[in-house]
Amino acid sequence: MDDAPILDVVALSKKFGGVTAVQDVSLDVPRGGILSIIGPNGAGKTSLLNMISGFYKPDTGRIVLEGKNITHRKPSEVAQLGVARTFQNIALFSGLTVLDNLMLGRHVRMKAGVLSSVVYWGMAQKEDIAHREACEEIIEFLKLQDLRKLPTAALAYGLRKRVELGRALAVEPKVLLLDEPMGGMNQDEKEDMARYILDVNQERGVTVVLIEHDMGVVMDISDHVVVLDRGRRIAAGTPEKVQRDPKVIEAYLGTARSRSGA
Amino acid sequence: MFHRESGVFKTTYSADMALYPLPIAKWTMIALAVIFVLIVPLAVHEYYLSILNLIFIAIVGALGLNILVGYTGQISIGHGAFMSVGAYTAANLAVKLGLPFWLTLPAGGLMAALIGVVVGMPSLRIKGLYLAIATLAGQLIIEWTINRVPAISGGAQASIEVDRPSLFGFAFNTQGRLYFFLLFFAVIAIIATLNLVRSRIGRAFVAVRDQDIAAEIIGINIYRYKLLAFAISSFYAGVCGVLYTYYFGIANYEQFQLIVSIDYLAMIIIGGLGSVLGTILGATFVTLLPIVIRIFMENVGSLFFTAVEMANVISGLRLGLFGALIIFFLIVEPEGLNRLWRNVRSYFRVWPFSY
Repeated sequence: MDDAPILDVVALSKKFGGVTAVQDVSLDVPRGGILSIIGPNGAGKTSLLNMISGFYKPDTGRIVLEGKNITHRKPSEVAQLGVARTFQNIALFSGLTVLDNLMLGRHVRMKAGVLSSVVYWGMAQKEDIAHREACEEIIEFLKLQDLRKLPTAALAYGLRKRVELGRALAVEPKVLLLDEPMGGMNQDEKEDMARYILDVNQERGVTVVLIEHDMGVVMDISDHVVVLDRGRRIAAGTPEKVQRDPKVIEAYLGTARSRSGA
Repeated sequence: MFHRESGVFKTTYSADMALYPLPIAKWTMIALAVIFVLIVPLAVHEYYLSILNLIFIAIVGALGLNILVGYTGQISIGHGAFMSVGAYTAANLAVKLGLPFWLTLPAGGLMAALIGVVVGMPSLRIKGLYLAIATLAGQLIIEWTINRVPAISGGAQASIEVDRPSLFGFAFNTQGRLYFFLLFFAVIAIIATLNLVRSRIGRAFVAVRDQDIAAEIIGINIYRYKLLAFAISSFYAGVCGVLYTYYFGIANYEQFQLIVSIDYLAMIIIGGLGSVLGTILGATFVTLLPIVIRIFMENVGSLFFTAVEMANVISGLRLGLFGALIIFFLIVEPEGLNRLWRNVRSYFRVWPFSY
């Protein structure tokens, strides 16, 4: 594992009108790890992710990906540089099939222009087939084989979350930002998703940044945990360390000491 | 229609991605080609050929609009104006410089694409009804400009007469000959659209339509694709306008007024948004409707009305039926004729063992 962090967030702040969403938050995302961001509702987790992926412009601070400053890049440029993400509320292209959703993940890696697309002979077709192979590999990885030609609007909730993960993987990201990938899932689905996330991290070597509310999952799969509360970072470190941090227990888990093991 | 997927096993990705993945579809295409290239032009009366010709032209224009509205999800009420841009570009080039159709046609398309991008620029900031109004403004500005600038419109009554197209000395000067001319371009437009929508570009269009935020996050520059959709759509419109010009032998702004934009929107709504087959069905339907109504009224209506009244009744009935049909489709089958066809097809797919 490389020592330099793959993603370095330095003193990021963002205000919406008078409301401070994120205040002076820094975090190092080590290469090849799983980093979880936790915190109560409204702590600024999603805002932080939105700034990293370029949707929000931070008021102050820097975001550095592999030594490159990406603070004021557009979302599409951040994606091209290797940061993919999923959304809290699934954002699939509902009119397209599972396969086409994944193929869209390959969009930035493909080159076919209008003319070659219109002719769809030779280059455009070859390119489509080459990238189809990459998508089929992801379909196999996520066990979506029998769904590949179905429109995503027809899929069950848990499956749509999985397809969204697949689309993010199709981008071949260096860093994968997952915004509550297990929100609204039952225990079995959560376990499946946790397994996929671990596989993505270990087999594919993708660095994962995760927002999740299920503490059991977070503590089990994370290498590092960062805790936000009201826009500020209040703790960071290994899951064990964070769990024992009195500030975290107070802010996040409540003041009852007896529940500190939750 | 009689799809039989069972027993068809694809072993390569290119076979799976083919336009007509089933063997029977190939035979259907061959049969259609024989009908349209050999049988129809020989067996059908010239009057009906002229109607088919109008349908072919409408297909080209409607495909363009469907790429923009159906696939990319951007509304436009300026389609008629883009046609006029293509029409007048080609007419001026043909008359003033004496250029042949194979130069004026792409030139008309490109000019329309250029203007289309300009009119489409508001789409970068606004959506839905607001964009509709912005493109409506584009329509009216273009109409006004063509009407008032003699350098474009050729002065008298804003119309320019052009010669019928000819290739190697062969003039497409009858309906029977124009039939092949227009069929050729309609087929090209259909194939190009089918290819476009299954390619990288087409997928990106649908991504912009379905989830523009998610489209951005996977690296699609949505502004570029919105403008590209306007450009491609207007190119089709421009070509459609050039074809009208050659078909009628005259470029006249009255053929491209606001009502034409509405007609084309009706075609793709009735046919089915985001569907090539639906576009063809819709273009056919909307082109035939007034003709069918007229024939019907001429035969039946003469029992009730005098000849003078009849002209009013027909034009009124056309508009009324038109509006009624659009409402009917929006309520009953929002996905249009294409959906009806799919329903029929999926019924017969397992027929007669539909359990």
